[in-house]
Amino acid sequence: MEKSYENIKTGHALKVIFSRLGEFKRASFLTPVAMVFEVIMEMLIPLLMSSIIDKGVGEGDMGHIYKIGIFMMIAALGGLFAGAMGAKYSSMAGAGLARNLRKAMYENIQTFSFSNIDKYSTSGLVTRLTTDVTNIQNAYQMVLRACMRAPSTLVVAIFLSFSISPRLANVYVIAVIFLGIFIFFLMSRVTKYFQKVFEKYDELNESVEENVSGIRVVKAFVREDYEKKRFSRAAENIYNMFVKAEDIMVTGMPVMQLTIYSCILAISYLGARLIVNNELTTGQLMSLLAYCLNILMSLMMLSMVFVMVSMSQASVKRVTEVIEEKADIVSPENGIKDVKDGTVCFRNVHFAYGDDVTKRALSDINIEIRSGETIGIIGRTGSGKSTLVSLISRLYDATIGEVLVGGVNVKDYDLEVLRDAVSVVLQKNELFSGTIYDNLRWGKEDATEEECREAARLSCADEFINRMSDGYNTRIEQGGSNVSGGQRQRLCIARALLKSPKILVLDDSTSAVDTATDAKIQKGFREFIPETTKIIIAQRISSVQNADRIIVLENGEISGFDTHENLVRDNEIYRDIYESQTSDADFDEKGGEA
Amino acid sequence: MAEKVREIKAGRGARRGVKVKVKNPGKLFKRLMGYVMKYYGVHMIIVVICIFVGVLANVQGTLFTQKLIDDYILPMLADKNHDFGPLFNAMARVALFYLIGVASTLIYQRIMIRVSQGTLLRIRKDMFIKMEDLPVKYFDIHSHGDIMSVYTNDADTLRQMLSQSMPQALSSIITIVSTAVSMVILSIPLTILTVFMVAVMLLVTGKLSSLSGTYYKAQQDRLGALNGYIQEMINGQKVVKVFNHEDKAVEEFIARNDELYKNANSANKFSMIIFPINAQLGNVSYVLCAIVGGLMAINNFTGLTLGRLASFLTFNKNFNMPINQVSMQINSVIMALAGAERVFNLMDEVPEEDNGYVNLVNIREENGEPVETKEHTGQWGWKHTHQADGSVDYVHQRGKIEFLGVDFGYEENKLVLHDIVLKAEPGQKIAFVGSTGAGKTTITNLINRFYDIADGKIRYDDININKIKKGDLRRSLGMVLQDTHLFTGSIADNIRYGRLDATDEEVVAAAKLSNAHEFIRLLPNGYDTILTHDGAALSQGQRQLLAIARAAVADPPALILDEATSSIDTRTEKIVQKGMDSLMKGRTTFVIAHRLSTVKNSDKIIVLEQGRIIESGTHEELLKLKKKYYQLYTGNQISGA
Repeated sequence: MEKSYENIKTGHALKVIFSRLGEFKRASFLTPVAMVFEVIMEMLIPLLMSSIIDKGVGEGDMGHIYKIGIFMMIAALGGLFAGAMGAKYSSMAGAGLARNLRKAMYENIQTFSFSNIDKYSTSGLVTRLTTDVTNIQNAYQMVLRACMRAPSTLVVAIFLSFSISPRLANVYVIAVIFLGIFIFFLMSRVTKYFQKVFEKYDELNESVEENVSGIRVVKAFVREDYEKKRFSRAAENIYNMFVKAEDIMVTGMPVMQLTIYSCILAISYLGARLIVNNELTTGQLMSLLAYCLNILMSLMMLSMVFVMVSMSQASVKRVTEVIEEKADIVSPENGIKDVKDGTVCFRNVHFAYGDDVTKRALSDINIEIRSGETIGIIGRTGSGKSTLVSLISRLYDATIGEVLVGGVNVKDYDLEVLRDAVSVVLQKNELFSGTIYDNLRWGKEDATEEECREAARLSCADEFINRMSDGYNTRIEQGGSNVSGGQRQRLCIARALLKSPKILVLDDSTSAVDTATDAKIQKGFREFIPETTKIIIAQRISSVQNADRIIVLENGEISGFDTHENLVRDNEIYRDIYESQTSDADFDEKGGEA
Repeated sequence: MAEKVREIKAGRGARRGVKVKVKNPGKLFKRLMGYVMKYYGVHMIIVVICIFVGVLANVQGTLFTQKLIDDYILPMLADKNHDFGPLFNAMARVALFYLIGVASTLIYQRIMIRVSQGTLLRIRKDMFIKMEDLPVKYFDIHSHGDIMSVYTNDADTLRQMLSQSMPQALSSIITIVSTAVSMVILSIPLTILTVFMVAVMLLVTGKLSSLSGTYYKAQQDRLGALNGYIQEMINGQKVVKVFNHEDKAVEEFIARNDELYKNANSANKFSMIIFPINAQLGNVSYVLCAIVGGLMAINNFTGLTLGRLASFLTFNKNFNMPINQVSMQINSVIMALAGAERVFNLMDEVPEEDNGYVNLVNIREENGEPVETKEHTGQWGWKHTHQADGSVDYVHQRGKIEFLGVDFGYEENKLVLHDIVLKAEPGQKIAFVGSTGAGKTTITNLINRFYDIADGKIRYDDININKIKKGDLRRSLGMVLQDTHLFTGSIADNIRYGRLDATDEEVVAAAKLSNAHEFIRLLPNGYDTILTHDGAALSQGQRQLLAIARAAVADPPALILDEATSSIDTRTEKIVQKGMDSLMKGRTTFVIAHRLSTVKNSDKIIVLEQGRIIESGTHEELLKLKKKYYQLYTGNQISGA
């Protein structure tokens, strides 16, 4: 999954990226124009200079020197202006493209369904939104500037050289062809080597990572020396490979020098002959020598651009993948805007994550839940509990069969209406940075303080909130790191309650809350929100045994759906769990952290 | 505890490339160069000479332009004497110097690869060797991301500096000096003009850099803020969906995104504009020299010939370029020094102290006396080498462990364990029970000296554990942690981690003992299955079984176990439990218990609360007390609040 972006064609990816330029098309167009202008101005200077030498100095014409001098100044200042404009527009285009890409990705991510989200890891998405975009931004700025600058320098300088002396200009053509071929071969060999080096590099880093996170194991088994030896071997491998790769790479510079020097010597010697034969002037020879550096440097620059661009290729593809990802659950047009009641019905529901239908997470689920009922769900890890409840609010769509809420297929509801009516407290829940009020109001944007307190009371969160120095105005740190697990769960329940849902789903949401509080919360539910259908997934029997009915899941199938007493009597799996928990209680007393 | 510290650290661990500041750049640079010179002194001398030769070869070539025009072309033009022989000879000499220059460039670059990569190799090794010896505490207070980035980012900036920036800076400086000298020889007034223009360039660059620096900082702040926001929202993306919060999330994002765009645009603009401004100011300098030089040549002022002017103009160009480069390279050297600082900080950390002199050895009975042996006898003994006279005593390893009034805190003055007194007789099973944060894990970490106690004594077979060599102490204590940590390698390798010289049969036997054999057998490649990324392909339960097998193959005399919590399902848990049970047989065992069955048949149960032992005794004894343990057992505990 992680590397699926590799299948995207580069051309297509570039098209997608550039289609996001939007209002920055103008800047993207103006940058190369400015660059070309700058290059022309810059290239004119040596040409003008030859005139100063030949006519001015050669013929002793001071007026000519002043005249041409002014032209040269104008050229330099013109170049300055164009260069500054190029800088302005390229940074605008780069930063702007980055902005638009981030926006496009982020907006699309917001339409993602759960299975879309599952496809990418969190850190993967964050990297695409940050590092990858920065890579593209840098590469784009570079391309806008250098990609125009280098070739146009090449073209203009060679063109002017030809205008001075076609015979001598041929020297440059030969040099450019030679160097071009050389750089091409160098690059293709070097990239292959470096790819290998970087793979080894990753391995080395992984071994460090393993040692850092597993340091206790290393120390417990007294394996420090063993690890040191292993690391040394890996590091030496890298050394050897790096040296090999770089040995090839560094031939570039001397060959470049060799070419430049050969050009200078050839031009000097041939030029001298032409001058003596009166076919060339001294000033022209000097201009030609000045172009030599420009031409060959621009070739080097071009090769650097290629490296830069090919390095950002993966980023381009990764960003494209996110922008193009199609949300697989969308709200229907003219969806039903009203959820009648809290009944839930599963009809012949099968479900599989991904495309592999043979690996079913749920098979043949048929259940009817009445409005206002309290339903417990219990089963082993991986038995399909979370999957089952996530079909109710269309976090995933059933692969086969249908799910009905309030007597209507969930697919016919307006998605927002459905999700407002079905309030889910996720197993892996998150709080956001902001005050407790801010967090609670996720459930209801305009909730009054009293409403917030009410919800907190019902979820037994008020007791610890009141003990906090700032009460409901206490700031929650990013990721809720300053509240304990049990506190976070209770806040999340309060947040879900504020929606006043028709159906409330708790997915293992009281696992870190002690049993007494858990019982108190459930009692509150029965008393204060009797109309709401409550579906409670739990590991602990004590959390579900007072439910009206309990669903026992085993390998994605319903093994039993009955009251606690009946299940203890009739259902082997349930009895097993029940007995193991009553005779083998979990001593990790979780209430202690409240 | 330790776990929590790490989490908080990781949260703010990400470095956000704000302005780099190094406290003592001179000292750091010296130390870094000390590293280089220690191993590559001769190499470096050759490199400097080669760079020097390379630059001189270039300069002589440029100087030749003057001779070409003044001594050959102009006289030939005047004389109508077309003998190119002398010119050819002169050029052959130049070509020879050029070739020497090219050769020395090639040589110094190849040497530099070895110097930079070699230094890096040594730094990496030294860092790792140092790191392996650091106390566990170091890893608690430093986020893993930060430690990793020393190996990756910081080491990489060092590589850049050593292999690129330094030689380039050196060559730039030599170029500047030799060019300046050549310019002075050619024409003093024009040199003054050139230097003046360079001063202008530096002034403008400085102004622009500081301007862009301000914006750059603002940009990095915004970028940090946006990244933080993205991180938080993407983390909570499922919550966003559940609460229909998408529109609001987009709205907030756009505001931050636009803010970043504005700052990024300004920051880039000012830093990018430096290049064309410098380049064109260089051109202005060139133009001014051409005009002034032209006028001087016409008026024959200070004897400036056409050839000299031509040569000078080339030098003018050559002079401006390296000055731009030097400022860039200085920047990257400073960045590298910041990296070097972190590298050296890691190397300067104080390693775990180990003053132990009692060793754990295999023993064999001979006439009722313990005798040391190299073979694996299954019997262990403590080898006590007396410091005074070097005489050696052997004592049987029995597995009696006692705590006498032990206090401990992760930080000074903040004790988390108070006055712990407990005793495990050989072969006994001791269970720790209590709520999260009561100090169960901490106690076990003191036995194997992951941390050192603040006060009191811990004795192992009546020997103070401070006197036992740390490695031997840890070898005598098998450990199975809750978070397993497997290493890249085959399953057999991972089990063999417990004892490197274990035979294949012993590995399989250990796997059988710990109940891991069953699932390993079913893997397509069996024991040769390669694990990567901490055994990510295995389930939590399977990884736990491997960890037990790993401890089993070591066959340690005593054990520290951390039982699995609810993260694995009941069936697997039973299998894991069985594995642990068979491992515990006959060994002194400390177990952080979560399961009643483990607790029940322990010889002693220690109930901890807030770092103190509040109850201890057997299951029956504690039940009779009708206190905390009774509450836990009956499940009627009142809310901890």
